[in-house]
Amino acid sequence: MRAWRRLCADRVAMVALALLAAFLLLAALSAAGLVAADWEDEVGVSYAPPLFAGAMAASSVSSAAPAQALPDNPFDPLADDIRALRAQLASATATTGVARRATLPLGGDKWGHDVLKKTIKGGETSIVVGLVAALLAVAIGTVFGALSGYCGGVVDDFFNWFYSIFTAIPSVLMILAVAAVLQQKGVLTIVLILGLTGWTAPFRLIRAEYIKHKAREYVLAADAIGASHWRRMFHHILPNVSHVALVQLSILAVGFIKAEVILTFLGFGVPVGVVSWGSMLNEAQGELLLGRWWQLAAAATAMALLVTAFSLFTDALRDALDPKVKP
Amino acid sequence: MLAYTVRRLWQMLPTMLGVVLLVFVLFNWVGGDPAYLLAGKMADAGSIANIRRQLGVDQPYYVQLWIFIKQIVTFDFGLSWATGEPVSQVMATRLGPSLAVLLPLTLMETLLGVALALALASVRGTLTDRLVMLACTVAMSVSILVYIIVFQYGLAYRLGWFPVQGWGGPQYVVLPVLIGLAVSLAPTLRLYRSFVLDEAGQDYVRTARAKGLGERRVMWVHVLRNAAIPIVTQVMSNLPALLIGAFLLERFFGIPGIGREVILAVERSDFPVIKAVTVYVAAATMVFNLLTDLLYQAIDPRVKLA
Repeated sequence: MRAWRRLCADRVAMVALALLAAFLLLAALSAAGLVAADWEDEVGVSYAPPLFAGAMAASSVSSAAPAQALPDNPFDPLADDIRALRAQLASATATTGVARRATLPLGGDKWGHDVLKKTIKGGETSIVVGLVAALLAVAIGTVFGALSGYCGGVVDDFFNWFYSIFTAIPSVLMILAVAAVLQQKGVLTIVLILGLTGWTAPFRLIRAEYIKHKAREYVLAADAIGASHWRRMFHHILPNVSHVALVQLSILAVGFIKAEVILTFLGFGVPVGVVSWGSMLNEAQGELLLGRWWQLAAAATAMALLVTAFSLFTDALRDALDPKVKP
Repeated sequence: MLAYTVRRLWQMLPTMLGVVLLVFVLFNWVGGDPAYLLAGKMADAGSIANIRRQLGVDQPYYVQLWIFIKQIVTFDFGLSWATGEPVSQVMATRLGPSLAVLLPLTLMETLLGVALALALASVRGTLTDRLVMLACTVAMSVSILVYIIVFQYGLAYRLGWFPVQGWGGPQYVVLPVLIGLAVSLAPTLRLYRSFVLDEAGQDYVRTARAKGLGERRVMWVHVLRNAAIPIVTQVMSNLPALLIGAFLLERFFGIPGIGREVILAVERSDFPVIKAVTVYVAAATMVFNLLTDLLYQAIDPRVKLA
């Protein structure tokens, strides 16, 4: 409670928390299908510019128009079929009555998807992957750390050996090696890759806390009244060290969101058809050469905002939970 | 000193064995049968059996593990599955370009980081300090991908100051190093600043000031000598990881280095190359950790290696 009050007194932390909450809310709404569920609708013209840069709209529309009225190639054996198809297409657009818009709030991509909705949907993927993977990593690290620190002896030696193996291999290499082995792509795969390789930092800290706590008087008292090892480990000690796990969770979530974006960009992350900030940046790289900067700007800004808020909040959380700076 | 080194090398063995086991389990057990991968889509049973015999995967697991250990010790991982080039040659030829980017980058990053951290620590608590720290947090939150895409487009493609891509001369190194510097300076500065501030509050700093030394001498001689210990640890233990860490730069700029090779190998399921890189980088990480500990003594006479 005191930590919460300390956190509330920190204005930067409150702003960061509000921003973070907004991102999480958007991700939750999008996951529930209430927001941006229709991001795949092709509502705008291809590469529709953003609303505030509407001046370019005229040129892009006029350049699109002559393409429509392409004269028939007299040598094309399929000319009749193509003309029929074109007529069909035109009537389809007319019957649905949806005219493609020339501008969109934050612009459109190659297929005319609304970049704003796409960013929200992509954010959902990136945030969910980051949070779930961080939860997995912290859960593994906490259980291993608790066993290792509490039991000591051979168990501790074994987990330390395991830890030394995972820290000897640089995390980037570890992630890429696991990605190479797990052939199928998917949201679950990338969560597993990040979660199974990221448990080392929480393990080290939780283990140190358990070594410190297991000799404390309240644990000895629990032993005296007959609490089992299991109960002492997870009922008595865990709540007292959970602040370490909480800070680790938020540090790892930031790292994993960044990692997911890079992995997806390289094509080892979420599958084709699922949008994430990484896949948006991948498309945006080519679009930039054509001068279509808005998808890059949208994905990069959204991600930078989220990560800045998350990092500032993590720093404040650590300060608030650290017993050393208690007034 | 010698006895310490020998004992540390001896202690590395179980960890190294663990790394080998982990890589073996990943690629020979979790990874599935490579014969189906290699034989392609139109494979008949005969050619699959043939490939399995060539790779030794029809042998029991303990024989396969023994083959793997022999490969590691003799530096002979056979041929790359994708290109047919010997893996040892792949490693040897890709090391040079990686180091050509890595060494100037590390050197400049460390020097700039130390200088800026010392400058920032002497104005700690002021508005400048807080603004720079905030700028660092913001700079760290922008994805490295965005830095590379924007810099490559802006400086190389649009303005034409640097070659957009390629390898073959000093001019190809400049832009990747600059981008690497832009990305890594913010986290480095934050970290070094905390190292310097840890020292700046010590008693010996007050003593140095009390006997009338100038601020510059206190910071650059007394504080720096002590803050150098965690900084050296940081730089040294990060070096092997950096070899891979520059993979995005290498990929974007077409630099034929180790990192790009790993990405290509993951894309092509070229297991021998990934296995070799993983094992040797892990070994390098452990050796560099030992070197760091040995360097401690040179920097800090109080440290006794026992």
